[in-house]
Amino acid sequence: MTIDWQAFWLTLQLAVTVSAILLLVGLPVAYWIAFSRWRWKFLVEAVVALPIVLPPTVLGFYVLVALGARSPLGRWWISLTGHTLAFTFGGLVIGSILYSLPFAVQPFSASFAGVDRKLMAASATLGASPLRTFFRVIVPLSVPGLITGIALSFAHTMGEFGVVLMVGGNIPGVTRTVSIDIYDRVQASDYAGANATALVLLAFCFVVLVLVYSLNRKAWAVGPAK
Amino acid sequence: MKFSVRVLMAACLFLISTPGQAQEKKSAPELRVAAAADLSAALAEIAQTYEHKAGVKVKLSFGASGALTQQIENGAPFDLFFSADMDYPRQLVAAGYADKSTLYQYAVGKLVLWVPADSVLDLEHKGMNVVLDPSVTKIAVANPQHAPYGRAAVAALEHYGLYDRVADRLVLGENVAQAAQFVESGNAQAGFVALAHALAPGMRGKGKYWEVPADAYPHLAQGVVALSHSQYKKEAAEFVEYVKTKEAVEELRKYGFTVP
Repeated sequence: MTIDWQAFWLTLQLAVTVSAILLLVGLPVAYWIAFSRWRWKFLVEAVVALPIVLPPTVLGFYVLVALGARSPLGRWWISLTGHTLAFTFGGLVIGSILYSLPFAVQPFSASFAGVDRKLMAASATLGASPLRTFFRVIVPLSVPGLITGIALSFAHTMGEFGVVLMVGGNIPGVTRTVSIDIYDRVQASDYAGANATALVLLAFCFVVLVLVYSLNRKAWAVGPAK
Repeated sequence: MKFSVRVLMAACLFLISTPGQAQEKKSAPELRVAAAADLSAALAEIAQTYEHKAGVKVKLSFGASGALTQQIENGAPFDLFFSADMDYPRQLVAAGYADKSTLYQYAVGKLVLWVPADSVLDLEHKGMNVVLDPSVTKIAVANPQHAPYGRAAVAALEHYGLYDRVADRLVLGENVAQAAQFVESGNAQAGFVALAHALAPGMRGKGKYWEVPADAYPHLAQGVVALSHSQYKKEAAEFVEYVKTKEAVEELRKYGFTVP
């Protein structure tokens, strides 16, 4: 019975990569959702929220089919790189981004929408461009929401199972994440190993969340006063 | 607001009413059968015919034999367990979860190497060696940790001295059906699956297969066993008797199983 640290390291890399990409992708999407006046905006909001409702199997199934040689997208990628994205780290990143998208975008846009419009108007009348207003006014006032969004997408990806099971192929060091490793151990009656691994994961996730929320409290206290 | 309240109430009513409907049909005995993934097509047909004949509902749950064994040991409410090997049923007997007297070998499974129908790989002449072809970047197998077909595939690769050369190309399906699906979706270029999958109606036109010679991997003798805590022991025994009849045996053979 040994703990598969490789699986931990891999899962950590996956979660960090995914939350970093979601921060980049999520900011403009959340900005648009918070401030757009388009009458069909709710359709986009519904699409963004879909992964919360959909079972990971549906997501995994579609991702697997989309990446495969039978789909135009998959063929295009294979012609470009010579291999399919399924069973690769990149494939897991794509699946996880879709899977965790709402956990980043929703807190982002909620905190953007909560920023006082008068401050944004003041920034504009002082001659700041919308981009400058975004980075100098909106983002600083939304730090707690941003931290929550990043923390949630990180935690959600750490604990991801269904999508990985369906598109990962369980390759050690490439796609065997901690959740898959624990599942395999339980299936193989290695309860001691499963328990040890699960405990480490539990402790790690708890520590991360405690750090995030304690940080967030400070952000709350300091943010508005600044 | 009013609208959403109404929708919510409708949803609640729906949720309350559905389980009720399911309970009405409980008059006929219901056999709950856990079965290895390679039986998904064959046993479904056998069970369907049997339901009409005997008036007993047969509910099938498919998965990797090791995974199902695990579930049974943790109290999964099954009456019968059709494994893809003999070891898991024996393990259940030894642990007291299954009745030794009911253990019966119903079939022998066959392992095949399967490639998509449009593949240029020359299965017929090269056989096992197609896994070395540079175009084969991913080879799907069932997880050898808990799927007998996965163990058979690894044994066959080792038998031909190929395992070390292709180990980094292996992708593991949770069970042998998922391994087949990895190939079918075009993500793996070849896979080791059950002959039963290659012959199943949904798969038949989609791939070409090569039977791995029987001496290359341990015999895939498959056993069924009745579970100790079952409430329908008589019905379970009757269903196993039916699986022994000529009609059911024909069905198993149609899907490539050998029946002694």
